[in-house]
Amino acid sequence: MGHEQRDDAMTMTGAESLIRSLEQVGVDTVFGIPGGAVLPAYDPLFDSRQIRHILVRHEQGAGHAAEGYALATGRVGVCLATSGPGATNLVTAIADAHMDSVPMVAITGQVPSAAIGTDAFQEADIRGITMPITKHNYLVTDPADIPRTIAEAFHIAGTGRPGPVLVDVAKDAMQAQCEFTWPSTTDLPGYHPTTKPHSKQIREAARLMVSSKRPVLYVGGGVLRARAWDALRQLADLTGVPVVTTLMARGALPDSHPQHLGMPGMHGTVAAVTALQKSDLIVALGARFDDRVTGKLSSFAPGATVVHADIDPAEISKNRVADVPIVGDCKEVINDLATAVQAEHAGGRVGDYTGWWSQLNQWRDRYPLGYATPENGELAPQYVIERIGKIAGPEALYVAGVGQHQMWASQFISYENPGTWLNSGGLGTMGFAVPAAMGAQMGKPDATVWAIDGDGCFQMTNQELATCALEGIPIKVAVINNASLGMVRQWQTLFYNERYSNTDLHSQRVPDFVKLAEAYGCVGLRCETAADVDAAIEKAMAINDRPVVVDFGVHRDAMVWPMVPAGTSNDEIQIARGMAPEWDRSDD
Amino acid sequence: MSKHTLSVLVENKPGVLARIASLFSRRGFNIDSLAVGPTEYPSVSRMTVVVDVEESPLEQVTKQLNKLVNVIKIVELEPASSVQRELLLLKVRTDSETRPHILQTVELFRAKVVDVSTDAVTIEATGSTDKLEALLRVLEPYGIRELVQSGVVAVGRGARSITDRTLRPLDRLERTA
Repeated sequence: MGHEQRDDAMTMTGAESLIRSLEQVGVDTVFGIPGGAVLPAYDPLFDSRQIRHILVRHEQGAGHAAEGYALATGRVGVCLATSGPGATNLVTAIADAHMDSVPMVAITGQVPSAAIGTDAFQEADIRGITMPITKHNYLVTDPADIPRTIAEAFHIAGTGRPGPVLVDVAKDAMQAQCEFTWPSTTDLPGYHPTTKPHSKQIREAARLMVSSKRPVLYVGGGVLRARAWDALRQLADLTGVPVVTTLMARGALPDSHPQHLGMPGMHGTVAAVTALQKSDLIVALGARFDDRVTGKLSSFAPGATVVHADIDPAEISKNRVADVPIVGDCKEVINDLATAVQAEHAGGRVGDYTGWWSQLNQWRDRYPLGYATPENGELAPQYVIERIGKIAGPEALYVAGVGQHQMWASQFISYENPGTWLNSGGLGTMGFAVPAAMGAQMGKPDATVWAIDGDGCFQMTNQELATCALEGIPIKVAVINNASLGMVRQWQTLFYNERYSNTDLHSQRVPDFVKLAEAYGCVGLRCETAADVDAAIEKAMAINDRPVVVDFGVHRDAMVWPMVPAGTSNDEIQIARGMAPEWDRSDD
Repeated sequence: MSKHTLSVLVENKPGVLARIASLFSRRGFNIDSLAVGPTEYPSVSRMTVVVDVEESPLEQVTKQLNKLVNVIKIVELEPASSVQRELLLLKVRTDSETRPHILQTVELFRAKVVDVSTDAVTIEATGSTDKLEALLRVLEPYGIRELVQSGVVAVGRGARSITDRTLRPLDRLERTA
């Protein structure tokens, strides 16, 4: 521990040391905006041949772009901002990355160390501010600490349960001369993520899987973070157990897989929600029993034994008590589970889920996802999203904002490949789509990247269209424009007596999204009828030299169904307003 | 609710106390007492935290603390198998009539007088929470002018040390003893 190689020791400024360190960990893209306290870093960055800096228009855009880059590539995303307001503008994106376990390093300039604590110009205690929303953070005041800190930050962000790490560097530390020495190892006595699961727990989980009658694999975003999709598919094929993929795990198992029941939770499929609810065994893999999945916790899956595998021990038994806790990396857990199940099979113990499947298939057949075509002839938002998915296909990346359009995009696009669905799940950050799509496109330059956005979300971060246009990042944006804060409006319809307090955005009139797109150097298209939808999408697909914004004017009363109202039991799932599924025939 | 004493070994780095205090507050756990000080390793500090929680939230506290990168190790010290002490400094009003009674009480509790003036004595006492509470009850009628108390510090009984295995790699580098 702590042995340092001194073979490449050389004298340079702290700022040069910072850029050199970023190159050393393999950074190729940084999203950021310069400002007073971070200026020293921008000088050597100007000379870097390895790092491309994308000059964003707002630091929140830099943060979400770093997330999008990380989600599309599996590598640590990087954003850079100045002190004070530059740093505080990153806060939402950092919190978002923290909730969704996105590997990210945020670097901020800080006022000179002698001025720290004096309420200096553009001073904010960003280390203090981000303590509860980072996996770890640093304040560097000694230039000699820069290489080790950057090495540790990337190690912490990208290993174990991934997450954001902030490195705040005082301006004088960047200006001072120091000796650059790259550490050969990191020395973190309090950081040792457990990746290898306990074999006894694995055997117990396998035994439960073959002896249960109504098991479900409850797959969460951890499976994608662990890049365990192949292992998951093998385990599913081997066991024949039904699978549900959460909002964070869409694409972890192809939607076309016969055992895939869809998404559980507040807007999940009847089959997925009910399968969990009626199961006798839940095998949770990298999922965290979020309230949006469990509904009212005390009534969630009352008959289920719970196997809970997660790399973060604090997630296990946090919400639902686990009968078989397994701490480990999802890929190792799933591979070991498959081996243990094979051993059970070899011993003649094979799970028989025939009765379970006949029940699941009934729910699946009787309550497929669907939507009504508006009677007034207006465009159904679900139809637009469904067509984008069909035309852009399963290789494209889909990046959503937050709200109704996000739920429809999770429901009506078929995800066949991991890492093709990017969204803000835990924090629910409106405005995520455009900058995250920009970052994803930087990470995957050859992919088609569609931002599926709402008119509310789009207006929170669309300034990054300028960045996309100037930097040659040809994302495609579908604005699902219902001229309102649609999800909030849906709740007002259902729970506030149709009193639409402050949810009408009038975005069919102001702003004109087509003109806005054109002002930003993008192509702007408009589509308001079902007959024109395919042509609009195909036109957008044909443009690859600049970003495209398609303003889809849609019916504003469309609602997201099914729905489990917040705070109620999953048993209360409704398939349409006031309509519960019929549980009569052959149900238990 | 019940009280639990946690010994937490942390890296001696800036901001560690803030990380721990803010974690307790944002996860809604109540701290009864908190004491921080050095250990036999200069790079390691030890915190003794007394929390008032049930068994399952206690497990969450421990797991969440363990997630902090600067936290090296957490051990729960059971009252029966550990020595737990806190320090009390107490200014009690006296006059010639009450002074002998107060000094007698101080002796009975194996406390000591560390400062005397004409109308007050300052008493230093160490002990378990129960003992210090008992001392306070006895002295209260004389009039307590000022009271200051430390958090609990605790150490396990027997020869074993909680720093044993965890910090062995540091031995070569920096052990002061």
